[in-house]
Amino acid sequence: MTTLPDNTEKKLGLVIDLDTCVGCHACVISCKGWNTENYGAPLSDQDAYGGNPSGTFLNRVHSYEVQPEEGHAQLIHFPKSCLHCEDAPCVTVCPTGASYKRVEDGIVLVNESDCIGCGLCAWACPYGAREMDMEEKVMKKCTLCVDRIYNENLPEVDRIPSCVRTCPAGARHFGDLGDPDSDVSQLVAERGGVDLMPEQGTRPVNKYLPPRPKDTMPEIDVLAPFLEPVVQEPGGFLGWLDKALEKL
Amino acid sequence: MNQPKLNLSPKVSDEVRKTTCYMCACRCGINVHLKEGKVAYIEGNRDHPVNKGVLCAKGSAGIMQHNAPARLRAPLKRVGPRGSGEFEEISWDEAYQIAADWLGPIRESNPEKLAFFTGRDQSQSFTSLWAQAFGTPNYAAHGGFCSVNMAAAGIYTMGGAFWEFGQPDWDHTKLFMLFGVAEDHDSNPIKMGIGKIKGRGARVIGVNPIRTGYNAVADDWVGITPGTDGLFILSMIHCLMKAGKIDLHYLAQYTDAPVLVNNDEKSPEFGLYLRDEDGKQLVMDRVTKKLTPYDQPGVKPDLSATYRAKGVTHRPVFHKMAEMYLSEDYAPEAVAERCGLPANRIRAIASELARVAFEEAFELEHKWTDFRGETHDTMIGRPVSFHAMRGISAHANGFQTCRALHVLQIILGTVEVPGGFRFKPPYPKPATAHPKPHVGMTPGGPLNGPHLGFVHGPDDLALKQDGTPARIDKAFTWENPMSSHGLMHMVISNAHAGDPYKIDTLFMYMANMSWNSSMNTGGVMQMLTDKDENDNYVIRHIIYSDAYSSEMVAYADLILPDTTYLERHDCISLLDRPICEADAAADAIRWPVVEPDRNVKGFQSALCDLGAKLGLPGFVNEDGSQKYADYADYITNHERRPGIGPLAGWRMGANGLQHGRGGPNEGQLDSYIRNGGFFAEHIPDGANYYKPWNRAYQDWAVKLGLYDSPQPYLFSLYVEPMRKFQLAAEGHGDRQPPEHLRERIKATMSPLPIWYETDQQGNEGFTINALTQRPMAMYHSWGSQNAWLRQLHGHNPLYLPTKLMRQHGLSDGDWVRVSSPHGEITVPVMEMASLNENTVWTWNAIGKRKGAWALDKDAPEATKGFLLNHLIHELLPPKADGMRWANSDPITGQAAWFDLKVRIEKSEAPREARPEYPPLKSPVPQAPENLAWKVGK
Repeated sequence: MTTLPDNTEKKLGLVIDLDTCVGCHACVISCKGWNTENYGAPLSDQDAYGGNPSGTFLNRVHSYEVQPEEGHAQLIHFPKSCLHCEDAPCVTVCPTGASYKRVEDGIVLVNESDCIGCGLCAWACPYGAREMDMEEKVMKKCTLCVDRIYNENLPEVDRIPSCVRTCPAGARHFGDLGDPDSDVSQLVAERGGVDLMPEQGTRPVNKYLPPRPKDTMPEIDVLAPFLEPVVQEPGGFLGWLDKALEKL
Repeated sequence: MNQPKLNLSPKVSDEVRKTTCYMCACRCGINVHLKEGKVAYIEGNRDHPVNKGVLCAKGSAGIMQHNAPARLRAPLKRVGPRGSGEFEEISWDEAYQIAADWLGPIRESNPEKLAFFTGRDQSQSFTSLWAQAFGTPNYAAHGGFCSVNMAAAGIYTMGGAFWEFGQPDWDHTKLFMLFGVAEDHDSNPIKMGIGKIKGRGARVIGVNPIRTGYNAVADDWVGITPGTDGLFILSMIHCLMKAGKIDLHYLAQYTDAPVLVNNDEKSPEFGLYLRDEDGKQLVMDRVTKKLTPYDQPGVKPDLSATYRAKGVTHRPVFHKMAEMYLSEDYAPEAVAERCGLPANRIRAIASELARVAFEEAFELEHKWTDFRGETHDTMIGRPVSFHAMRGISAHANGFQTCRALHVLQIILGTVEVPGGFRFKPPYPKPATAHPKPHVGMTPGGPLNGPHLGFVHGPDDLALKQDGTPARIDKAFTWENPMSSHGLMHMVISNAHAGDPYKIDTLFMYMANMSWNSSMNTGGVMQMLTDKDENDNYVIRHIIYSDAYSSEMVAYADLILPDTTYLERHDCISLLDRPICEADAAADAIRWPVVEPDRNVKGFQSALCDLGAKLGLPGFVNEDGSQKYADYADYITNHERRPGIGPLAGWRMGANGLQHGRGGPNEGQLDSYIRNGGFFAEHIPDGANYYKPWNRAYQDWAVKLGLYDSPQPYLFSLYVEPMRKFQLAAEGHGDRQPPEHLRERIKATMSPLPIWYETDQQGNEGFTINALTQRPMAMYHSWGSQNAWLRQLHGHNPLYLPTKLMRQHGLSDGDWVRVSSPHGEITVPVMEMASLNENTVWTWNAIGKRKGAWALDKDAPEATKGFLLNHLIHELLPPKADGMRWANSDPITGQAAWFDLKVRIEKSEAPREARPEYPPLKSPVPQAPENLAWKVGK
């Protein structure tokens, strides 16, 4: 068993806006590219050009249809990666200490040299956010791009996770959710950001911003004045036009 | 705590090289990180005008495309029968000799025997120049089956189109309405824009039978019946006009609404504009009550006054619009059922457009002077913007629908104003400033001008002396007079039929015609392999260039292997489809950030070699030697007109380097590389809105070389050239349409937008609409060879709405037989609730032929993936008149693939999706099984 820190100096994490995520998978592939080249073993792909391709991804986008009580069904795109929980069951379950939560920023990482690939952490994670790399036989997970966010070889503006940097719709935000004044904390407060599956008691750091209500355009009664005909009698339009032009 | 010590600042790469993405047509800037001389990681370029640092899934997966096992390795000569995939690798010298032996003789005798068509070509200003030098009239790119309706309707109406040629004013718009847009032009900019305006709380309305992607995040979803968008739009125009919620000032000043039109039915000029001796459109001045040229300083054009002279009454265009659109035929109640929308929904959306356009109007403090010389202290903004793409254009009524949408934009006064839709340079540019089509041939010599362009009446049609089509695709003929992009989808079937004539050599680039880029895929494969009575192939020779082992490779005799996009030079040119923004003119390059490790060559460089070998004018020096060593040499040294070349940045002026106009600069490409692969010149404040009428913009555009003189113009609510075709059909003029087309021309070529039901003959019993969409993570057929992207979309179910699932007793994973009047496929289904209840759809181009793209034969793309293309014919079903009519828009020839109607029946699960085709023999080696990709340590 591995212990979690009592508290962390920062709570770095992501805020994901489900109102604007168009489901394009940009974050998925950018993550794959960066993390194949960087922290730990490359993210491998099995049967890459074959009948059952299957690879390691630290971030995936799922799509769910939602049927409101009234109105049209909706499609919600739902990106999901490690939520860097404060009470991370994947850490406490680890038999070797390979899984750990960093004291300075709360990032949950796997020390690959200590990982025996037993898979207990993946079993313990209620979100399915960990993936065993089938080539290296070690557990892989979102590192919050720990090798980017402090990286002095990158321009300061780029010291953010690759998924955030690449997101075309601007639906992903990164920052310290432990600081109530941070941009991300403010955004969560403004938009009513939520925990994923709070009943699991994991206290995830990442937050999701819910979609705005949809299909709410007012019924015509409210908007009717905007379409009030300018003339009632047929053929009167050109008369109206003349008068309207006089006023220009 | 005993935490491991991490290196938090690892070295990212040895070097970053900045070039332009080619994973789709969006052309974002990319930073390619190299380690040990190899491509290690790709990210967006923050300085780039298109993507400003972001990058989509395709772009980030470029490393897998660059290293794809499907890459061709050397020129190939076919050794087995066509369609088998049996080839031997040959040298470039041998490849050029084979090509020259076929092409040289036909150029000397009859250049039209070459049909040269390019697909997802980003070098059309170069490939068209080559075809022009060769002398064949038969050249086009893929616009005819892509979205020519959108381009042509935009340019004829307002001198610019949606596509990537314009954009909403993302900084000011408050209501954004998009029609028929899935993953389309532009890719990343639309995502960035939607993110930006939603962040401000602006409303997004998505009109699409399918609620995915942009439509999934839209605040309001309009799940319209496919093909009825035009009717919906005209009904909103009806509501807005009836309520007077139209911008009368804008209509009077900047459009042809006040231009007078001959109203005498007996006149040979009935329906034509009244013009002065200089050909200028005439209006009535409200102040002087006199007939006045539209551009006269101080004129106050009258939208209402008529003019009578020599017994002929002339009425302003606006009268005709009122007469047409105030009709109750366009009332919401009259159209609701056909559109599949409640009448009140149509009214509500029209009301919201009116409310935002007029109640939330605003002004920007930019002083500007219009083309008549009047100075305005501010710019009025109307924060309503629109975007549309293939969902409305790929129908046989698509041109008129696109036109209707532009008319809606214009009556709201929201084009080229703050908050509305804005053009990107080189647009605005009216149809009259574009070339006309040219088909003048001289054996052994060049064509008499550019192939493609805009017709302005019957005289501009591309007909031979005997009235038969001059072009193999029958573009610019009475069948589809305004086919500005050609009809690539008709080339193979026409060449096979010898109609209008036989050809000798089909030369294609990046166009997967024997698979996902054709309608009637099985038929096309047959046409490509059919032989004549002498045992020769009916299409005698086929030359094809592609970087990858696509399905089309197997159907060619000679393959010129292209490079990947990271190994090549390219220019994304202002002469072509540049990367401009509404606030800036911009162009860009690609350059070999790594050198090819195979015996391949950029296709454009190969054309430089082949052009020289054939002695084409412009490709050889006076002494007969090769003029351009390669494409980079052409990009640097070619001048289209004096001082204007493929790239606008860093040209050589009298006093050193300058932008826009100037002579060739040997160091130009190096300047681009130093600047991150692109050039951008910003439009000055005060010149960046109202561009078609803004003197400051017009002068800036001339200075930069976009045009040679100011080109102010009026928007054409009324497209006079269409009326000229109608007049011919009514019997006026020397050039007369064939009898069988007369009625159709009269009915469809209305100079004001109309809606008509597309031809349903033969569709009896086929009642379900069937559509395709492009996934955001894939581009045409290219994504499936990409080990990362194919894990996102490995096969494509047919999505059925809940109602059809229940009606047919289906569950997810069941199979259905889908049939159309033309064919039948058997495919797996999946339920989708957020879908028009009478529409089925699938992702396009996921299905693959076995043996192609270096995929294993059991790849799900080939076993479960499928194409709807098998159900769509390039011709409509036979009719009582004994003729086969094209499945195309009768105005532009746009392939009408979204008109597909099907029926479905539950089926036993077959072994594989049907139809099954035998595997192709792969010209490339087997792909590796597993990847653990890491460059460097």
